[in-house]
Amino acid sequence: MSDKIKVTIDGIPVEVEPRTSILNAARQIGGDIVPPAMCYYSKLEGSGGKCRTCLVKVSKGSEKDPRPMPKLVASCRTTVMDGMEVQNITSPEVIEARKGVVEMLLINHPLDCPICDQAGECHLQDLSYEHGAATTRYEFDRRTFDRVDIGDKIQLHMNRCILCYRCVFTADQITNNRVHGVLGRGDHAEISTYIEKAIDNDFSGNVIDVCPVGALTDKTFRFKNRVWFTKPVEAHRDCPTCSGKVTLWYKGEEVLRVTARKDVYGEVEDFICNTCRFDKKSTNDWVIEGPRQVSRQSVINANHYDTLQPLPVIKKNPELMQANKEQFERATKF
Amino acid sequence: MGRKLLLEHINVPGINTFQVYKEKGGYRAVEKALKTMSSDDVVEEVKKSGLRGRGGAGFPTGMKWSFLAKPEGVPRYLVCNADESEPGTFKDRYLMTHIPHALIEGMIVGSYALGANTSYIYVRGEMMPQIRILEKAIAEAKAAGYLGKNILGSGYDLEIYVQPGGGAYICGEETALLESLEGKRGNPRIKPPFPAIAGLYGCPTVVNNVESIAATVPIVNEGGEEYAKIGIGRSTGTKLISASGNINKPGVYEIELGLSVEDFIYSDEYCGGIANGKRLKAVVAGGSSVPILPANLILNLANGDKRLMSYESLSEGGFATGTMLGSGGFVVLDEDQCIVRNTWNFSRFYHHESCGQCSPCREGTGWMEKVLHRLEYGHGKMSDIDLLVDVSKKIEGNTICPLGDAAAWPVASAIRHFRDEFEWHVKEPKLALERNYGLAHYADPIKIAEEV
Ligand SMILES: Cc1cc2nc3c(=O)[nH]c(=O)nc-3n(C[C@H](O)[C@H](O)[C@H](O)COP(=O)(O)O)c2cc1C
Ligand code: SF4
Ligand code: SF4
Ligand code: FES
Repeated sequence: MSDKIKVTIDGIPVEVEPRTSILNAARQIGGDIVPPAMCYYSKLEGSGGKCRTCLVKVSKGSEKDPRPMPKLVASCRTTVMDGMEVQNITSPEVIEARKGVVEMLLINHPLDCPICDQAGECHLQDLSYEHGAATTRYEFDRRTFDRVDIGDKIQLHMNRCILCYRCVFTADQITNNRVHGVLGRGDHAEISTYIEKAIDNDFSGNVIDVCPVGALTDKTFRFKNRVWFTKPVEAHRDCPTCSGKVTLWYKGEEVLRVTARKDVYGEVEDFICNTCRFDKKSTNDWVIEGPRQVSRQSVINANHYDTLQPLPVIKKNPELMQANKEQFERATKF
Repeated sequence: MGRKLLLEHINVPGINTFQVYKEKGGYRAVEKALKTMSSDDVVEEVKKSGLRGRGGAGFPTGMKWSFLAKPEGVPRYLVCNADESEPGTFKDRYLMTHIPHALIEGMIVGSYALGANTSYIYVRGEMMPQIRILEKAIAEAKAAGYLGKNILGSGYDLEIYVQPGGGAYICGEETALLESLEGKRGNPRIKPPFPAIAGLYGCPTVVNNVESIAATVPIVNEGGEEYAKIGIGRSTGTKLISASGNINKPGVYEIELGLSVEDFIYSDEYCGGIANGKRLKAVVAGGSSVPILPANLILNLANGDKRLMSYESLSEGGFATGTMLGSGGFVVLDEDQCIVRNTWNFSRFYHHESCGQCSPCREGTGWMEKVLHRLEYGHGKMSDIDLLVDVSKKIEGNTICPLGDAAAWPVASAIRHFRDEFEWHVKEPKLALERNYGLAHYADPIKIAEEV
């Protein structure tokens, strides 16, 4: 087709509709060359451009104007031009800049993954794993905030927030009177519902799904389980408010939590209502479709109880057992 | 004496009133433009004048005006950026306080050239007295028929409104300013689209600095070509410089671009030399955002020629040995000043003023401030110096708006040119708390690279 636009990303050509962003063009190719996106969310109008993890190098502007762009650009907010050539993982400059961004995102992050409900499905975790340094160069106190309840179902843990503004855009899109936004400036900015007013809306629970980190969590699920011990199952119900298409997260027979269905980029297919999310936690409420396909690399696939051959756990390690025994004896001597 | 175009009548008593301003030849440009010129003619004159934006970036004003999209049936806006909050820059405030009508006249000429029927002056929130002065000036101009409906019988309508900001530096960035003007949080927008296509309320908009707008008055009066005869090369006309620091005569000076830096600092017409008989150590030539230069490099280029007060000459040598004209905030530091402390002070400002949208600037500005604080107070490590350079590199160029660069450059340049002084703070932490490093070799003649 002639009105399609041809771009090359890391040497791989693709033809896309005009006005597509570089990021979405890369997603059409898929695989390793897709830049990570912490703030862009295709379902949220105006999102993107903020976190800077998706920076790429445009080595050729277009067929008409082949000059490269002077700076790295945010691929989520830069539209493709015909003949454009983009470098993502093939550009050392991009990798270096991304490493810098990840470091910046982490210097004030509490790194409390062991007690964070998002662990296992956290985009910041994935990102740090791939691009982060093993140690920190930041030797100052991290900023802290008090935890805040946003209504009785959602908790805001501002320490973990990366200010991606996704929840703000979600709140903007589901209500027409603004109650949720950003207060303060710079590294003391914080997400807030003015005077801790609950976002009183049938769809407010979606802020939990859009949050890439563990800053907004589901209070009905808090501390119930690690996500990799739960089993995702697709289900639907006839819901008068939303599409009713969800993922149920099972532990044994029990539905521990309900979320919208997310794609490989962590974006939901449809926003779901609070009734489906918070109040329908029994198998009887749902028509089960089948297990959710989770990428094989995902940690969610790592530790399922239904694994046929359970992984050898510490008990099988004689040295460790001996060490434990000694420790136990020493501790109980007194 | 250099020519004065903006401040010619600054000492005339009552020049802040409409009557005296008019008696001194004011509002001629409005009469000339509205009665004898088409709006395209005005744009053409400004183009010919070579006037470059006085707000910091130095983008040619005429070119900016000609880029304005002109779709049918959509209003266009001229917005004056009077948010002036760059440390070291105070020229716009001076102009608005003493000759407010110069800005109002420029606003009328500019709005006419762009076909805007509503224009705004966005003034920094702390400048309440100036806001009152401008409102009075607007009322006077309106009473005299220079504003409102059918100005001077030309059929052209214009209203000008003054909008106080909330006092945020970031609201001086043009798209943050537009957001703020619309009543939103002043976060810079992600570009494109540029304001010329979708600015205020999504309509085509031009944002210009106070001084740029005021400079269109002499351009219309005398013609663009006449204006372009002043100055040097692509730096045409006159420029207001806010001179501050350790000089005998701090204040706002109008200079012809192309004056040598040495004359500017030492002649009695301008700064009058370094105060208290001290020696010059360093200069921040264009407001806190531009790279700081040691005495030897600010007075001379790397090849030994004299450095001039012009866009080109100040930036000669790039980041290695040059700086920028920026907004013309000229801060002079004498031998008793501490570069580390000064750098910390600047970075404290950027940390405080970052809007927090993009991660590198939000987190990096705070990080740099903390490390600099540690160095200044004697707890620094040698590795901190390279850490600062690295963090500044991680910010520079990777952010939504240029505040990130503005925060990175002062730190990177201070370390580039004054590394000894930073190292001394690490090696002699006790001493560094008691006394300053002094002039050291920063005023020594530069070694001129052999011609090849
Ligand atoms: C952080 C930041 C602060 C700025 N503050 C001001 C300001 O206070 N006044 C100003 O005129 N321009 C300021 N600018 C520059 C404006 O974005 C814009 O370039 C300028 O108003 C354009 O006017 P000009 O073309 O007449 O210079 C600032 C830019 C940035 C990035
Ligand atoms: S709370 Fe979550 S979704 Fe909201 S800005 Fe912070 S990280 Fe983003
Ligand atoms: S560079 Fe700094 S001030 Fe500019 S948009 Fe980003 S966070 Fe805000
Ligand atoms: S995803 Fe593009 S900047 Fe955040």
